Amino acid sequence: MNLGRLFAIAFKETLQVWRDPRSLAIALLMPLMQMVLLGYGVSLDIRRVPLCVYDQEHSQTSRELVQRFVASDWFVIARNLNDERAVRDAMNRGTCIGAVTIPVNFSRVLASTGNAEVQTVFDATDANTTTIATGYAQGVIALATADFAARWAAAHGTRPPSVGSVDLQPRVLFNEGLDSRNFIIPGVVAVILGLIGAQLTSLTVAREWERGTMEQLISTPVTALEVMIGKLIPYFAIGLFDAAFCLAAAAFWFQVPFRGSLVTVLLTTGLFTVVVMGIGYLVSVRIRSQLGASQVALMLTMLPTSLLSGYTFPIDQMPAPIQAVTLIVYARYYVTILRAVFLKGSTVADLAVPILALVLYAAAIIWIAARAFRKRLD
Amino acid sequence: MTDPAGEVAVLARGLVRRFGPVSAVRGIDLAVRRGEIFGLVGPDGAGKTTIMRMLAGVLRPDAGEIHLEGVDVVADPERAKPLLSYMPQRFGLYEDLTVAENIFFYATLFAVPARVRRDRSQELLAAAGMLPFRRRLAGQLSGGMKQKLGLVCALIHTPRVLLLDEPTTGVDPVSRRDFWGILYGLREHGVTILLSTAYMDEAERCSRLALLHAGAIRHCDTPARLKQAMPGALLAVVTRDARRAHAAVEGAAGVLGLLLMGDRVNVRVDDAERRAPELRARLAGQGIADADITPIEPGIEDVFVALLGSGSPA
Repeated sequence: MNLGRLFAIAFKETLQVWRDPRSLAIALLMPLMQMVLLGYGVSLDIRRVPLCVYDQEHSQTSRELVQRFVASDWFVIARNLNDERAVRDAMNRGTCIGAVTIPVNFSRVLASTGNAEVQTVFDATDANTTTIATGYAQGVIALATADFAARWAAAHGTRPPSVGSVDLQPRVLFNEGLDSRNFIIPGVVAVILGLIGAQLTSLTVAREWERGTMEQLISTPVTALEVMIGKLIPYFAIGLFDAAFCLAAAAFWFQVPFRGSLVTVLLTTGLFTVVVMGIGYLVSVRIRSQLGASQVALMLTMLPTSLLSGYTFPIDQMPAPIQAVTLIVYARYYVTILRAVFLKGSTVADLAVPILALVLYAAAIIWIAARAFRKRLD
Repeated sequence: MTDPAGEVAVLARGLVRRFGPVSAVRGIDLAVRRGEIFGLVGPDGAGKTTIMRMLAGVLRPDAGEIHLEGVDVVADPERAKPLLSYMPQRFGLYEDLTVAENIFFYATLFAVPARVRRDRSQELLAAAGMLPFRRRLAGQLSGGMKQKLGLVCALIHTPRVLLLDEPTTGVDPVSRRDFWGILYGLREHGVTILLSTAYMDEAERCSRLALLHAGAIRHCDTPARLKQAMPGALLAVVTRDARRAHAAVEGAAGVLGLLLMGDRVNVRVDDAERRAPELRARLAGQGIADADITPIEPGIEDVFVALLGSGSPA
């Protein structure tokens, strides 16, 4: 490897990126846009679910129960209804995705048995939301009825009915607020870096073929390795800049708690950047048009990274064959690492396995990419 | 083709290249001496570009061997590359880089020291009449300027062999003169130049020519000897209406070939002395009385048409 020639390639490539509006936009505007879109757009939390109430009793207790729903912040009351048919209509029209029907004898049954039934109906079109919302609703009702029963018993001097004989007090570690944003944002950073890194480098060799500059380039003494490394240097710098931006946005703007060390993050981010840029370069060598290369790079990075990296869909919930497939999705290792470093403060030693996976991946990609480029027209 | 004195700079033997079912080059032999300006002439599709690419080591031949200054290009193209400069037919420089940046890039790839680079680029840009355009983006240069910049980049490292594929296509006459001025200057430094061209006046400037047709060399000699080798003699028929004269002469006895040249028709005949009066009479018979018929020296274009166009063996 000749350092002069390496420098010549890197210098030339830097000038070209600097003068190419398309590359600059991908490098500088895309991370900003995607950070905003994905950071704000993707949330697994359920808040302010619109609820309809059909209160048949209109007692002070039933009104207090409704109030408990509102106070939970998980629900808002979209409408108060007066008959059974209206409940169906409201759900059909999408006015609400859940309905609570409080029976006419709610207070009386509660007083006599210490327990009363409240009917809840949910629109299960979005099964995930419904499951969570149903859970929240059950929680609200259980707590409220227990309170009401205890109050009634106290007022009448009787023993409170034995509700909740086992007192479960769960303790949540690492993401104490159970805020899905803390879980998702580190994944968003990985998705953005994966996408942009491969996009940038996917253009670099294809551009030479498309513009007819390759023929003269390969007639010079420059080696394939010098071409690859020289071309990747400026993009690697851009990738690290984008990474720094995204990570800073995650920590300071989205306030994801950062408990790990900066060194761990930089080391693993550098590794991940090498992997995605190597993939983009490989695609660029194979496909000699910029548009084609950019499309293939998008397919190779976007789909596996967003679906199989565990960034939104937990890998341990996937069927076994799909779980096996995720082992080759390099982004899953980086998502795992970023989450652990951010939320748990994990160190390089803690993360030895995913880091090793990334190292192997980077070595393999670079090895293949370095051999893929031939200094020949055919 | 043996060269005990080591005089031959570029040697090709039995060069073959196929693209699928098409044979672009079918068994070419070349021996270009050091310091020669050697021209490959032929119609489009004759295989000029394919030969150039194989000589430059960017395309592998299917068969045959190439030696460039003693280096086996087929076996080890990378060892030949520091010795050569190749200028492809399509502009191969970076349009989003300036003139100076392109020169810097190629100089660095060939490890030219900074001082040499500065002196040489100054000298070459001056010869090309391009000194004021150093900071201009290559993409904003005219066609002729682009080709001259290509030549400057190709010469920034003093190659032993210069390969130019149709270097002056689309270049204005002034730029073409600059271009040739630089090429002649190189010959004195012992640089061997191989160029392909479709321009006959340019072919005439070469020290030797290979006339290429359908992937094979049909004739190879100096321009002067190629002219002598042309069968028959040449008569120029000058009239007011050359097109009509062309039609009138066609098919006449002893006429081997015709070439319409604007204001005249070049008629190749078997015997000039005998055919000139015959042609005059034939033209007068068809109402062309003002025809002026004189014997002329053939140009390379006449030779080209005579040797390749008719397909007659020399």
